[in-house]
Amino acid sequence: MSAVITHPGRAAGTRRQLPYPIGRQFHADLLCYRRNIQSVFFTILMPVLFLVILASIFRNTLATVPGGTIKESVYYVPGLIAYGLITAAFSNLALSVVRNRESGIYKRRRATPLPASAVIASRAAIAVLTALAITVVMLGIGWAAYGASIPGRTAPAFVLDIIVGAVVFCCLGFAAASLIRTVDAVQPVIWATILPLTFISGIFIPTAVLPRWLAGVSYVFPVHPLAAALLTAYNPHTTGSGLNWGYLAILAAWGAAGLIIAIRRFSWLPQGG
Amino acid sequence: MAIVIYRSIAGYRRRRAEAAAPHEQDLSPDGPPPTQQAPRPDGQAAKMVKAGGREPAARGLEGTGQVSRPPVIEVRGLRKSYDGLEAVAGIDLEVRAGEIFAFLGPNGAGKTTTVEILEGYRRRDAGDVSVLGVDPAMAGRDWRARIGVVLQESEPESELTAEECLSLYAGYYPAPRPVAETLDLVGLADHRTARCGQMSGGQRRRLDVALALIGDPELIFLDEPTTGFDPAARKSAWDVIAGLRDLGKTIFLTTHYMEEAEYLADRIAVLAAGQIVAEGTAATLGGRDTQASIVSFTLPPGLPAADLPTAVAGCVTRTANGQVEADTRSPLRLLGVLDGWARARGIDLPDLDVHRPTLEDVYLQLTREPR
Repeated sequence: MSAVITHPGRAAGTRRQLPYPIGRQFHADLLCYRRNIQSVFFTILMPVLFLVILASIFRNTLATVPGGTIKESVYYVPGLIAYGLITAAFSNLALSVVRNRESGIYKRRRATPLPASAVIASRAAIAVLTALAITVVMLGIGWAAYGASIPGRTAPAFVLDIIVGAVVFCCLGFAAASLIRTVDAVQPVIWATILPLTFISGIFIPTAVLPRWLAGVSYVFPVHPLAAALLTAYNPHTTGSGLNWGYLAILAAWGAAGLIIAIRRFSWLPQGG
Repeated sequence: MAIVIYRSIAGYRRRRAEAAAPHEQDLSPDGPPPTQQAPRPDGQAAKMVKAGGREPAARGLEGTGQVSRPPVIEVRGLRKSYDGLEAVAGIDLEVRAGEIFAFLGPNGAGKTTTVEILEGYRRRDAGDVSVLGVDPAMAGRDWRARIGVVLQESEPESELTAEECLSLYAGYYPAPRPVAETLDLVGLADHRTARCGQMSGGQRRRLDVALALIGDPELIFLDEPTTGFDPAARKSAWDVIAGLRDLGKTIFLTTHYMEEAEYLADRIAVLAAGQIVAEGTAATLGGRDTQASIVSFTLPPGLPAADLPTAVAGCVTRTANGQVEADTRSPLRLLGVLDGWARARGIDLPDLDVHRPTLEDVYLQLTREPR
């Protein structure tokens, strides 16, 4: 009957600390993510497809940006990076969180010593990593196909925008997941909130073309500040560092709001029927 | 912490061995009682139980021997309401170390609410709850390292293999069991490289059990662990669960299968409408041991029920088409009278049947609405 106490840790009476298995959790989450190859492929492919299509349609037109005009093909690169980042950090994250919750995976993990922060940090890290991959792919295509590149002077601002944007949309993704009750509801809710915002936030249609009031509406939501911040850092006419603290402040406010909702409403237990 | 557990388990074993050994020897004369078995690899547990046959459940008959066991779960006056509806209406429970405690009740009786409060998922409205000496509502990671949970419904991480999934969970605990050995214990050794998403229902359930065991917990919650199993899979799951008790684990089991409770449980509590309506062993639950037996037989053609001796006729509760049913608390005496009567007439009663109330009969009586 002493089988239970013959495991090395206990039989020897050695005191073992509770592990903080963030690395292991991230490794497993990444493995799951990679094995879901279709999801990864299309998450990265979608902004690329949009870029190729939009750049082909508007290949001879110029977009008005602060400081002058740029080719539309160049204009679309930062906007569609924002779009890809939102897909990775917000849409995909919310979907996978709701799915893990509703299928009981989170409930089971909650019965283990795994800290909540490790679950959340690991999933957020996947989102940030995907956002970075999309950024690199899109910048590469922009450079190779449309001859556009980030001025070195504004590159740090661009990187900062990407990181802030990814973290903010992760917070919003967790907030959305905590408000959505079923897996079936995720896609409609995500698309009904994000798609209209992308149309009025200068991602598919340059803001300069929009009616003033519509552009005004977009300023208070989180999509426009991200797209605009990335455009500022990407725009060759930008002078100075390319950092726009106003945009980042709006993003940060949304991130904080998302974080508060997520903390208050997040549940490890299935919510739907 | 590990030292404390070690000491408490060792101490409890000693006490239990002293208190329980004579009874266990009575019940299993073919071999040494499990408390004195030599250490063995954990993987052998299931096989040991098979060899022991029905011995494990019989331990519930120890009676006073259990009193010395330290309580693992203590619940007093537990209450929980949802939107004004009382799901749990003041229940008391005590589960002692090393026993399999079965918690029965119809759907909606408050079982899942109670279990989720004990597991630390839900807050209670009132009452005292102690699980492994800690209030689950306040419990931290240290406490969660000491429990294992098999949820009623949960899907595995479908992109991982069984082995990867167990390795992931092993990494959550300070002193996990070896992965390969745990896979072997639940009978998944041949499926270690199978993706969890592609496993059959029975295999997934075994994986659920393996995931609950990987942290080498002291207390395991099993919420309807064999629902959806075919009979062979259920039987082998029972062997695994009985094997866990032989590893010294305490098991809190909920189930809808009475045979499961009867085969496994040392003690049973029945919950109905948020209250415990009966508690005892499978043999004594709801007065099962003292309830009347039903003796039934068919009278040969031409013999009316009026011809029966008075000792039998006085017990008859039903006659129809020559079929006779009699209730008695002394079935042997009644059969003796019946035997003499039948011999005197040179007849036999080929369909004679003595029916003891099954656990299911008792359970259905206890949970019948309105009570």
